[in-house]
Amino acid sequence: MSTAHETTGIKSWLTTVDHKRIGILYGGSAFLFFLIGGCEALLIRWQLRAPEQNFLTPEMYNQLFTMHGTSMIFLGIMPLSAMFFNYIIPLQIGARDVAFPRLNAFSFWTFLVGGLLLNVSFLFNAAPNAGWFGYANLTSKQYSPGLNTDFWVSGLQILGIASLAAAVNFTVTILNLRAKGMGMLRLPVFTWMSLITQILLLLSFPIITVALVMLMYDRFFGSSFFSPGGGGDPLLWQHLFWLFGHPEVYILIMPAFGIISEILPVFSRKPLFGYTAMVFSGCFIAFLGFGVWSHHMFAVGMGPVADSVFALMTMLIAVPTGVKVFNWIGTVWGGSLQMKTPMYFALGFIAMFIIGGLSGVMHAVAPADLQQTDSYFVVAHFHYVMFGGSIFSLVAGAYYWWPKMFGRMLSETLGKVHFWLMMIGFNLTFFPMHFLGLHGMPRRVYTYADGLGFNLSNLAATVGAFIIAASFAVFLWNIIKTWRGPANAPADPWNGATLEWSIPSPPQHFNFAELPVVEARDAWWHEKRKRGAPMPEPKHVAEDAVHMPNPSWWPLVTSTGIAIFFVGLLLGVSLPVILLGGATVLVGIYGWAFEPAFS
Amino acid sequence: MAHDAALHPPTSTGLDNRKLAIWTFIGSECLFFATLISTYVVYKGQSLRGPYPHEAWTDPATGRVVERIFEIPLVTFGTAVLLFSSFFVVLSLNGLQRGKQKQFIGWLSATVICGLFFIGMQVYEFQHFVHKGLGFTTNLFGSSFFTLTGFHGTHVTLGVLWLATLLYLGIRGKMGPEKALNLEIAALYWHFVDVVWIVIFPVVYLMK
Repeated sequence: MSTAHETTGIKSWLTTVDHKRIGILYGGSAFLFFLIGGCEALLIRWQLRAPEQNFLTPEMYNQLFTMHGTSMIFLGIMPLSAMFFNYIIPLQIGARDVAFPRLNAFSFWTFLVGGLLLNVSFLFNAAPNAGWFGYANLTSKQYSPGLNTDFWVSGLQILGIASLAAAVNFTVTILNLRAKGMGMLRLPVFTWMSLITQILLLLSFPIITVALVMLMYDRFFGSSFFSPGGGGDPLLWQHLFWLFGHPEVYILIMPAFGIISEILPVFSRKPLFGYTAMVFSGCFIAFLGFGVWSHHMFAVGMGPVADSVFALMTMLIAVPTGVKVFNWIGTVWGGSLQMKTPMYFALGFIAMFIIGGLSGVMHAVAPADLQQTDSYFVVAHFHYVMFGGSIFSLVAGAYYWWPKMFGRMLSETLGKVHFWLMMIGFNLTFFPMHFLGLHGMPRRVYTYADGLGFNLSNLAATVGAFIIAASFAVFLWNIIKTWRGPANAPADPWNGATLEWSIPSPPQHFNFAELPVVEARDAWWHEKRKRGAPMPEPKHVAEDAVHMPNPSWWPLVTSTGIAIFFVGLLLGVSLPVILLGGATVLVGIYGWAFEPAFS
Repeated sequence: MAHDAALHPPTSTGLDNRKLAIWTFIGSECLFFATLISTYVVYKGQSLRGPYPHEAWTDPATGRVVERIFEIPLVTFGTAVLLFSSFFVVLSLNGLQRGKQKQFIGWLSATVICGLFFIGMQVYEFQHFVHKGLGFTTNLFGSSFFTLTGFHGTHVTLGVLWLATLLYLGIRGKMGPEKALNLEIAALYWHFVDVVWIVIFPVVYLMK
């Protein structure tokens, strides 16, 4: 079984079932998609730099803002979070891999198929153009006759399959593969928030799956689920979309909460303040997240009772969220602060997320929302939570775990330059949008007239967007520069609290030569305190000391089958291609089921 | 050299990973069918034209009278068959766990046959409905009915494929008591598909 120990070459990556490699694959491809989404944003900003520009056609503008939103959510933030789920969760719970290593590989390849399919649409000049929430009946065959919406539906459907497979996998991993002694209330908070994310995924993605199926039927076979011409109700789409869409928002922010809750204690040198309150407020947010979807729909006129209920439920979410914010501040308060780059981004997160959270509460007030809806105020709000929240946190996590993942320390100086550029650029871009919105500038319109008072704020936003781009150029330069340097990261560069810092950087294939036993929360801090002296560098042991699962081609085969299936749909429902795809999936699953996981 | 045992320490919950996974998956599937059923219910009575599920309809264009679509006796029988199959798979699992090959294979065959019968019933029903004049795009009732029951039928088909594979392995002598979990997991899925039908049957066919 020589394949079991192949560690280099393309084949070893195509067949890998190692959670760490899959994490890196997720991270690398998600970062590329993130950069594409960023370029789309820059094109949008360039068009809006001044009134009445013709840099982009209205059609192109529609494609760009749709793909920007879709990419950043499904191909940027979600898979960047998945990178950390993959790489970090097994290490934090003291496991050697996830519960289903091949299913994990399948999730990644399927995600990649979905991401590529969405972006390939640009080559046909048919990128999705109906907005990331694809409201009916903009998406009907009548108003969107091209392939644009078909690409969108197919891409999202494939990404849904990937997310659901991963959610099952990580739920089981977290519940079942915890080290001895690691009770649920000793679980690191990142892992806890990830578990909540998986449960949200499990319960919300089936809803959008069904909605997308019905939209597909409307488009391909002429049913009228969402078309009033046949008695269908476009509002059903809105309800189903936001029943998924609001939990989705928490899918995007929960991992961020987790990352921040790991970083703040380590760089404040004191345990997380109010651990249990943090855990249960996370659960509470997720639970309430299923009961607030209609606050995205105040403008459709649901009546005062429904509006009031959804407004109050939404405001209620501010309570557990406030608990979290105060606990983060309580963690930092009186700590002996180590102002390293991850800490900069984590503190930046708190400040930016509070601004985004406050404008969120403003939206919860239904009468006020009627003024704000579909204006740039909303754009400002969700960028403060998605960028100021999720992206700040993911970048913080990247600086924090980079040494663990790649065995190299990133430059602190460049890291801080990155932080300040991003902080300034971000606020310059999005803060003025609050005022643009309140002054009446509508979102999703490709240009605006001169003399409305919109010029200066738009120019500022465009300058800010390019500063953000520059900040990521600094990040890339940091990566390239340190990559050329020596592999200098010790196992535990930050004096970490959790188990991933107890093993070499990067970890060996099997993570833990001996499975750890956990005696307290913040297990690694506890271990170090007990010992009373600095821990020696962990020793490397022979790579074949632990028997690990075999690599496998079948996950890739199965994902390829899914790709063929959806290409068949896009070719105008070509039955032979669809059947070929289905058959490939079947072959993949049977090959997989009858292939021994271990040699 | 460590062994598999080192990689598979007893799980934290005591449940096998695969069993926990199928429960997790079933949890997710609940929302899948809940959405389909809700759509059917929301669109009940919203069709702009017939045919209708529970009452006759006269086509204004041709003057032809279309009988009510549903035929309750047939689907009731199909429902009973599916329910019994759930009972049969339990008997089969019991046989496999106790190493009684004949009991295992006999009842598993019965389960697969029941599943096939249900699929056959549904194929006949669909054809019959189309023949009566209810196509997939005829009206909202047609679209939401065929989508909901079609997805359920697909689940039954996949379940039959899964159980038939285990039956094939059993006949080839490759299923012993140590593999009982493989059947138990398939059976859990099978019960779930059954339970969903127990919701669909009254909500779709019986409620007027």
